[in-house]
Amino acid sequence: MEFPAQPLDLDAMLAFTPRSERDVPRVARPYADQLTREQRLALYRHMRMTRSLEERLVALYRQTKVVGGLFRSLGQEADAVGSAFALERRDIMSPLIRNMGSMLVKGATPLEILRQYMAKGDSPTRGRELNIHFGDLDRGFVGQISHLGDMIPVMAGIALSFKLRGEDRVVLVYIGDGATSTGAFHEGINFAAVQKVPMVVVVENNGYAYSTPTGRQTAANSFMDKAVGYGITGAQADGNDVLAVYDVTRAAVERARAGGGVTLIELITYRRKGHAEHDNQSYVPDGETEWWAANNDPVDRFIAWLRERDGVTDDELAAIDAAVSAEIDAATDLAEASPMPEPLDGLEGIYAEPPRLAPHWYRAGVRTAVEQHERPAGWGTHDG
Amino acid sequence: MAEITYLEAIREALTEEMERDPNVFCLGEDIGAYGGAFKVTEGLQARFGDTRVIDTPIAEAAIIGAAAGAAHMGMRPVAELQFIDFISCGYDMLTNYVATARYRAFLPCPMVVRGPSGGYVRGGPFHSQNPEAAFLHTPGLKIVYPATAADAKGLMKAAIRDDDCVLFFEHKYLYRRVKDVMPAGDHVVPIGKARVAREGTDVSIITYAATVWKALEAAAQLEREDGISVEVIDLRTLLPMDDEAIAATVRKTNRVMIVHEDTRTGGIAGEITARINETCFEWLDAPVLRVTAHDVPLPYSPPLEDYVLPQVSDIVAVARHLARY
Repeated sequence: MEFPAQPLDLDAMLAFTPRSERDVPRVARPYADQLTREQRLALYRHMRMTRSLEERLVALYRQTKVVGGLFRSLGQEADAVGSAFALERRDIMSPLIRNMGSMLVKGATPLEILRQYMAKGDSPTRGRELNIHFGDLDRGFVGQISHLGDMIPVMAGIALSFKLRGEDRVVLVYIGDGATSTGAFHEGINFAAVQKVPMVVVVENNGYAYSTPTGRQTAANSFMDKAVGYGITGAQADGNDVLAVYDVTRAAVERARAGGGVTLIELITYRRKGHAEHDNQSYVPDGETEWWAANNDPVDRFIAWLRERDGVTDDELAAIDAAVSAEIDAATDLAEASPMPEPLDGLEGIYAEPPRLAPHWYRAGVRTAVEQHERPAGWGTHDG
Repeated sequence: MAEITYLEAIREALTEEMERDPNVFCLGEDIGAYGGAFKVTEGLQARFGDTRVIDTPIAEAAIIGAAAGAAHMGMRPVAELQFIDFISCGYDMLTNYVATARYRAFLPCPMVVRGPSGGYVRGGPFHSQNPEAAFLHTPGLKIVYPATAADAKGLMKAAIRDDDCVLFFEHKYLYRRVKDVMPAGDHVVPIGKARVAREGTDVSIITYAATVWKALEAAAQLEREDGISVEVIDLRTLLPMDDEAIAATVRKTNRVMIVHEDTRTGGIAGEITARINETCFEWLDAPVLRVTAHDVPLPYSPPLEDYVLPQVSDIVAVARHLARY
């Protein structure tokens, strides 16, 4: 199928012109239109979970129970949830920091995420990594690194393995507007394009890379335009419309699965919080975040849609919200009760096989030497 | 059995491993129909097809990153860097992504990153580097640097079968200069084990790659002219380093020099010196000395390159000093 690649009315969106979902011209959404009511409620549940879980993390952060920084995806829940929903279980995606929703869709649990943020020993990475930097190939997501752009070549390699082995699987990789400026983004997408691997690249244009607005990040009119230079398909969608996001992503996934190669999707959205909780957004013009909150909130928009077109009742929504809250409450209790990691565990797992010498022998040795003023046990390991 | 060169030994290892395991594939710049800048992969694409010998764009980050992604899924990629100097363009991928993947995300990276390294060939600043020290500091990587044709084959086979990322440095000076008859059968040399290249009792030279041959030449001269018995240790693997082999030769000769072709400051010789100091201090009869390149980018012109790189005469002079100490 062809993409509904109608350029969005960005000027209107960014000029804070209030408009309702009704004012947006209807476009054909062949894939979204096939979703069942139950699937649409699942989309809502994932968006609600994303927002509520992050709100719980904010509370824990203020109680200093979150060890590192906290990165919100407020206002971007639809783009992560809608796009990941377009994948099959066997497909593999790599999220970025504002894609917690995509991980929830792929089966990550609130308990795992809470334990990660709280650096617990039973977190998915046993306390080695932070926030949503974890993965599980069985469930189809890869733990990303902080170096922006790097996941594009890696995911191109995973997609290459699917192609080489003839596996019917697709890769989806999220990237921010800022990360499109990196060399790794270019190298990875170009390689993937040449090899025609089954890959979908979702560029989330949320207006800011940390404090840098998009206009200072690129001189291109849109990120979708970059697809032309790579010889791949470009598409664009309203990232705050979860059904539009689902539709455009699903079309790209189906194209990749059919051997059509790489698609670059630009999702237009907006980051309503700072880069992380510590960022006061002093660089944001007055009224901008407020406009998006009041007029273009992805959760509010979808609730209005569900009420109007699916006849979803307040009771149904309240029941979902209550179930989400209960799950977060239970997960919070478990995460808070989880142990911190054992320090020695941090020395293991660097290689497939442990090194021949325990890497900490000299630490113990020096401590003993200082305390006893004699040659410590473990010293001179090579003493024949 | 006929002798084959160091270069042919690497090709033989690649061929045998690709035949043995369908998960092994090669990717890199110009490695296909052309056979690579040094012809290491010559004939492989004709034999295994263009899906197992993949020509890539000029993009080291993409080559290394894509190899990692494929390795996560159980494949065994062998990535060629046209000259190892260009590994710096993939440094971020190797140190931040590949080296941490298992530790932080339980993602195995069974991959080999290989390429021609080293000087003595008038290659100038960007085709003669020895960047191994830049990676010695990165837990999660392994570093192999063979000196003989037999080791080049046996270590390459071990690297491909290894469950972690192995940086495989090939010395381009040795590509066509050293030869061996390959041991029969499935010749695999274990990673992490040094080799005694020459037995001796008076002075130890710890080295690897091309300078192994310089050390052997110096040892012969020292024996002939001075009656000094020199032991030469070829490390073969730099990470993990064979501490037992280092300690054994220190205990045996009590006088040690470390020779490498890389520059001095921050080089691997400093790390080896520190390890000897920590664990073998009592056995030393002389300070550990380093024979290395000077701290400059490697120049092109023969008189300049010859002066900057360690030569046999440098090794001989330092060995005499150590023996008299």
